[in-house]
Amino acid sequence: MRLEPRAHTSMAMTILVPVGAAALALMSCSVLILWAGASPFLALTLLVKGSLGSVFALSETLTRTIPLIFTGLAAAVAFRAKLWNIGAEGQFYLGACAATWLGTGAIDLPPPLLIPLLFAAGAIAGGLWLLGPTLLKTRLAVDEVVTTLLLNFVVLLFVNWLVFGPWKDPMAMGWPQAEPVVDAALLPPLVAKTRLHGGLLIAVFAAVLFWVVMKYTTWGYEIRAVGNNQAGATFAGIPIDRVVIRTALLSGGIAGCAGVSELLGVKGYLTLDLSPGFGYSGIVVAMLAGLHPLGVLLSALFIAALSIGADSMSRALNISNYIADIATAISLLAVLAGMMLTRYRIRFR
Amino acid sequence: MGEATPLLSLRGITKRFGALVANDDIDLDLQRGEMLALLGENGAGKTTLMNILFGHYTADEGSIEIDGAPLPPGSPKAALGAGLGMVHQHFTLADNMSVVDNIMVGVEPLTRFRRNTAAAVAKIRALAERYEMDVSPYSLVKHLSVGQRQRVEILKALYRHTRILILDEPTAVLTPQESDHLFATLRLLVDQGLAIIFITHKLREVMAASDRCLVLRHGKVVFACRTATTSSEQLARRMVGGELPEVRRIAATPGDPLLELGGLSAENDHGYQLLDHLDLTVNAGEIVGIAGVSGNGQSQLADLVSGMIADFSGTFMLAGAPIEKPSPRQMVRRGVGRIPEDRTATGLIGDMTVLENLALESYWKRGFNRLGFLAAVPLRQRTAELLGRFDIRCAGADAPVRTMSGGNMQKLILARVLAERPILIVANQPTWGLDVGATAFVHQRLIEASREGAGVLLISEDLDELFAIADTIQVMYQGTLSPPIDPARTNAAEIGLAMSGQRDISQAMISARD
Amino acid sequence: MDLLLILFETGFWAATVRMATPLLFGTLGELICERAGVLNLGIEGIMAAGCMAGWTWVYFGGDLWTGVLFAAFVGACFGLLHAIFTVHLGLSQHVTGLGITMLGAALSSFVFRMLLPNITTPPKIIPFAPVKIPVLSDIPVVGEILFRQSPMTMLALVAVVAVAYVLKKTPAGLALCMTGENPSAVESQGLSVFAIRTTAVVIGSAFMAVGGAFLTLSAFDAFYIGMVNGRGWICIALVVFASWNPGKALVGTLIFAAFDALQMRVQQQTAVALPYQFYLMMPYIFSIVALIVMSRRSAYPKALLVPFRKGER
Repeated sequence: MRLEPRAHTSMAMTILVPVGAAALALMSCSVLILWAGASPFLALTLLVKGSLGSVFALSETLTRTIPLIFTGLAAAVAFRAKLWNIGAEGQFYLGACAATWLGTGAIDLPPPLLIPLLFAAGAIAGGLWLLGPTLLKTRLAVDEVVTTLLLNFVVLLFVNWLVFGPWKDPMAMGWPQAEPVVDAALLPPLVAKTRLHGGLLIAVFAAVLFWVVMKYTTWGYEIRAVGNNQAGATFAGIPIDRVVIRTALLSGGIAGCAGVSELLGVKGYLTLDLSPGFGYSGIVVAMLAGLHPLGVLLSALFIAALSIGADSMSRALNISNYIADIATAISLLAVLAGMMLTRYRIRFR
Repeated sequence: MGEATPLLSLRGITKRFGALVANDDIDLDLQRGEMLALLGENGAGKTTLMNILFGHYTADEGSIEIDGAPLPPGSPKAALGAGLGMVHQHFTLADNMSVVDNIMVGVEPLTRFRRNTAAAVAKIRALAERYEMDVSPYSLVKHLSVGQRQRVEILKALYRHTRILILDEPTAVLTPQESDHLFATLRLLVDQGLAIIFITHKLREVMAASDRCLVLRHGKVVFACRTATTSSEQLARRMVGGELPEVRRIAATPGDPLLELGGLSAENDHGYQLLDHLDLTVNAGEIVGIAGVSGNGQSQLADLVSGMIADFSGTFMLAGAPIEKPSPRQMVRRGVGRIPEDRTATGLIGDMTVLENLALESYWKRGFNRLGFLAAVPLRQRTAELLGRFDIRCAGADAPVRTMSGGNMQKLILARVLAERPILIVANQPTWGLDVGATAFVHQRLIEASREGAGVLLISEDLDELFAIADTIQVMYQGTLSPPIDPARTNAAEIGLAMSGQRDISQAMISARD
Repeated sequence: MDLLLILFETGFWAATVRMATPLLFGTLGELICERAGVLNLGIEGIMAAGCMAGWTWVYFGGDLWTGVLFAAFVGACFGLLHAIFTVHLGLSQHVTGLGITMLGAALSSFVFRMLLPNITTPPKIIPFAPVKIPVLSDIPVVGEILFRQSPMTMLALVAVVAVAYVLKKTPAGLALCMTGENPSAVESQGLSVFAIRTTAVVIGSAFMAVGGAFLTLSAFDAFYIGMVNGRGWICIALVVFASWNPGKALVGTLIFAAFDALQMRVQQQTAVALPYQFYLMMPYIFSIVALIVMSRRSAYPKALLVPFRKGER
C-alpha cells in the first residue's frame, strides 16, 4: 500500500469528509448501543429528537454550541500556526476566574460596559496563561503540548482551591461555588424560558472575525505561513516568534472568552463543573471544521447536538452518556483519516 | 557478448504516475565486471528506474532477472538478497550513530539475542583495507566528511556481498580529486567481478570511467553504446534531444563594491567555527562564484548574506553601509535578493498558493498591505504579470505550489527575487536538480541581472556551472575563501585541489581585477 | 529538619518505588514509541483503558496476572490503531494521539458503566499483595525498599533492564533506534520501517496499559473514572527528562516519585502552611520544570514526529 499525492482536491470531497466522519462516528456507536441491548435506530431517533426535536431541545443544543465555538476557534487558530494549544480547558477556567473576580461586585457599571469589560478580562487571563508555554516554546524549545496539558491540571486545582477556600459563597449552603456575578453582568436570554443567551451572537461574531483575520489580513497570512512551513517563513523574513506569540494570545484569549460566556450566560457563578471538557472538545470541533473558522460554527453545532442528544437518549434507554464522548473521539479520528484522503489517494501495490 | 547470461537484465520496464510515464519500455543488460553509465537529464526517469530495481517502486509492466532468476517486484529485501546494493545521492545514514551500527543494521536476523559487533568491526576493517577506504568503524557518522560518508555507503553494500552496485549521482558532492579516488575504487571492484551502474549527468565522468552507456530521455532509452565508440558531444545531444541551449555570455564591467565582508567569523549553536575570518567582495555588475565541497561553510555564507545569521564578528558592509544585526526582513529591505539552497524546505511554502508565495517577501510593503489587510487587486495584478514575464507554468494564481515542477518552483523564486530589483543576489545552488532548459533560463536571468548592475554571489558545488557563468571564482575551504581566481586562467583540476584544501594557488590564476 | 528526617526512612523510599511503578511502565512505553520516531499522546487514554481492562478482568473472576496480560492486550490494540493512523497513513501524531486518549478514556468509562450499572460505591477486588523475595528481601534497607514490593513493581524494574538490553545489545533494538534517527537508513537495508514502527508502538502501548493496570490491580483495589489523572502526560515529560534512555528513565521516575511522596508526607505531617490543592499541583509543576531543565540538553530522536513515506527521501 502506498500513498500518492493528489494534484487537486475537489470541493465536494472537502465537504464530504467531515460529514462522512460524523456518520462513521454515529455508526460505530450503534455497535455499542446494540451491545447495550437497545435498538440503534431508536437510539438515533431519540438522539435527534433530544437535540433538535423541540424548541427546548434546540435551545439546549444551541446553548451548548456557544462554548464549543469559542474553544473550537481557539484550537483552530493555534493549530493553523502549528501551536499545539491543548490547554483551552485551563484558559477557559482562568477566563471564568477573571470574570468572577471583576464581576461579583468589584466594578459597578451598566451591562453594555460591564459585559465587554468582563470578556476582555477573561480574554487577557486566558491569553496570558497560554503566553507562558508559548514563551517556553519559542525561547527554550520546550514542547507546548505537554506543558499546556499539564497546566490544565494546575488550573483545575487552583479553581478547586478558590471555590472551596477564599471565594466560597457562604450563601451556597456548603456547595463549592463562588459568589454569583452581579445582575448587570449576566448575558441576556435570546429566547424566553430557555437558557439560550446572548453569548451566541458574540460567538458567531467571533467566528466571522477570525475568518476575516485568517483570510484577508497580513496577520492571518503570517499565521498560515508559519504553520505550513516554519523554515520557509523564517527565510522569507516573517518574524516567527512574534507571530506565534500573537497566535497564542488570540487562541488563549478566545478560550478565555468561552469561560466568561458560560459564566455570564449559563451558570452565573464559578464552579468546578462549569466545563465538562469544552477545552478538549474544542480540538475535535476545530479538526472537524478543517481549522476553518466558519466551519467551526457547524462542527460546534454537531458536537453540541451529539452531547445534548446523547444525554437525553441515554436517560431514556439507560445507556451511559459517555457514548457521546466516544462518538466525539471517533469523529475526530475519522475526520483526520478522511482529510488525508483529500490530499492523497491510496494505491495498493 | 550475448552468449553469457547477463548478471542483470531488465525487460520492458514501464512505470506510470498518473498521466506521466516515468519509465517507458526500458531494456537494460549488465555483465559481470562491467561499469555502465546511466545518463539523462533531471526528470528523465533514471531514479525511478533504480527505485524499481531496488524494490521501492513496483513497475506496471516488465520483468527483472538477476543471473537468470526473476527478481520479485516491490521488495527491497529481495533485491538486497539477490546481491543488489545501492548508494543513494542523499546518503541513507543515521548521523547520530556509529559507522558499524549503520553498516550492521538489518544484516543480522532481528530475532537474534545479541549483536556481534566485534565480528562486524573486523569484517569492516578487512574490507576497508582491501579496497583502500579509510573509515574508522566506531566514529559517529556526523563527524565524517562527505567523501567518507560515501565510503561508508559503499562499505554497507560490500558488507552484504553485493554483486551489482548502483550509485546515484555519486560525484555530485565530491571534489574532482575525490571523484577520481571514487572511480579508482569502483574500478578495483569491477576488476573483482562486480557490476556497477552509476547514474550521472556529468559527461566527463562517463567518458573517463564507464565501459558502456545508456541515455534516458522522457522515460525512454534513446541511445545505448560502448563508451569507446561515442563522444561527449554526441551524448549531450542525445540527453537533451537536440542542441544544447546557448547561454549568452556578456562581458562584465564591474562597478563599485556592493558586498564587503572583512575578517568575518561565525559559529553555530554548538560552537563550531563555520566561517573563519573570511574576506569577500562582490562588485556591482559581476558574478562571483563560490566553489567548494559541501559542508565547508557555503551554507553559512549564504545564510549570513540572507540575514539568517545574527551573531558574527568582523565587518559586513552592504552598498557602503555597515550591517550590525542582520535579519531576513532587513536584508530584503536593503535590496538583497535571496535564492535559497532548498526550494521546497525553505524557498517556498508548499501548501500556500502561487500568489501567496510570490508575495512572501513583499506582502508587508506599502501597496500590498493596507491597514493590516492584504491588498487583493495589486497582488493579483503583480502575480499575473510575473507568471507571464518568467514563463511560470502552473494551474493558476490560486494553485498550491506543491503541485508544481521543480523548474517552475525555481522560476517562481527567481521571479519573486528579481521583481524587487535587488542590488545584490545571493544564489545558493540555484540550478540543483533542474533540467537543462530550466538551468539555462536561470543562468540567463542571473547574467542579465548582473549586467544591469546587480552583484551576484553564486554558490555552487557544480564546477561546470561556475565555469559557465561566473566572472571570478573563489574556493571555500573550512570557512575561508581563496583569493579570486580568473576562470579563464585555470581549470577544474586546479580548482579541485583548492577545494580539498591545497592552497598554493599560483599567481597566474589570480583574477586580474585586484 | 523534619523534611530531612523523612529522607532517612525506608518506608518513604519504599513508597517512592511503589509510586514510581505506573510512571515507569508509562515512561518505558512512551520511550519505546519515541525511539522508533512516533510520539504517542494516546498514553493517557491507553493507561485509562489498561486501568479499566485489568480491573474488570479480575472483578469478573480472572486472576491477577491474566488481568495484567489482558490490560496489555487492550493497550496493544489501541497502539495498533495509533500505528495505523500515524505510521501507515502518516497522519499528525499530535492529533491522533489526542483522539486515542479521548477514545480510550471515553470507552473505558462507558464500558465500566455498562458492565456495572447502578452502582454507588466502586466495588473492590483483592489486589496484588507485596511479596518478599527470599534472601534479597533480608538485605537491610535495600531489601525493604526493593524486594518487599508488589510483584508488578518488580516486573517494572525487570522491564527497565530488559528494555535497556534490547535497545543496546540486540539487532532488533539497533533497528528500532535507527528507525527513530533516519528511517531511510533502515529501509535501504531491506527492513520495513512500517513494521518496525508499528511493532514499537504496539509494544510501547502495551507497557502503558500495564502501567494503568498497576493502579487498579496493585496500588488501589477499585476503578474510578479519571483515575489516571494526568500520569500519562507526566510520563511524556519524563521521557524528555530521561533523554530517551531507559536507565535515566528509572532515575527520573524515582526522583519524580520521591518528590511526590515527599509532598504527601509534608502535607500529612507538618502544620498545613499551604492548602492541599497546592501540594497536588506539585507533580504537574515538577514535570514542567523537568522539561525546562532538560530543554537545551536533550538529544531527541531525529525522525520523531516525521512520517515516513516509501520512495520519498
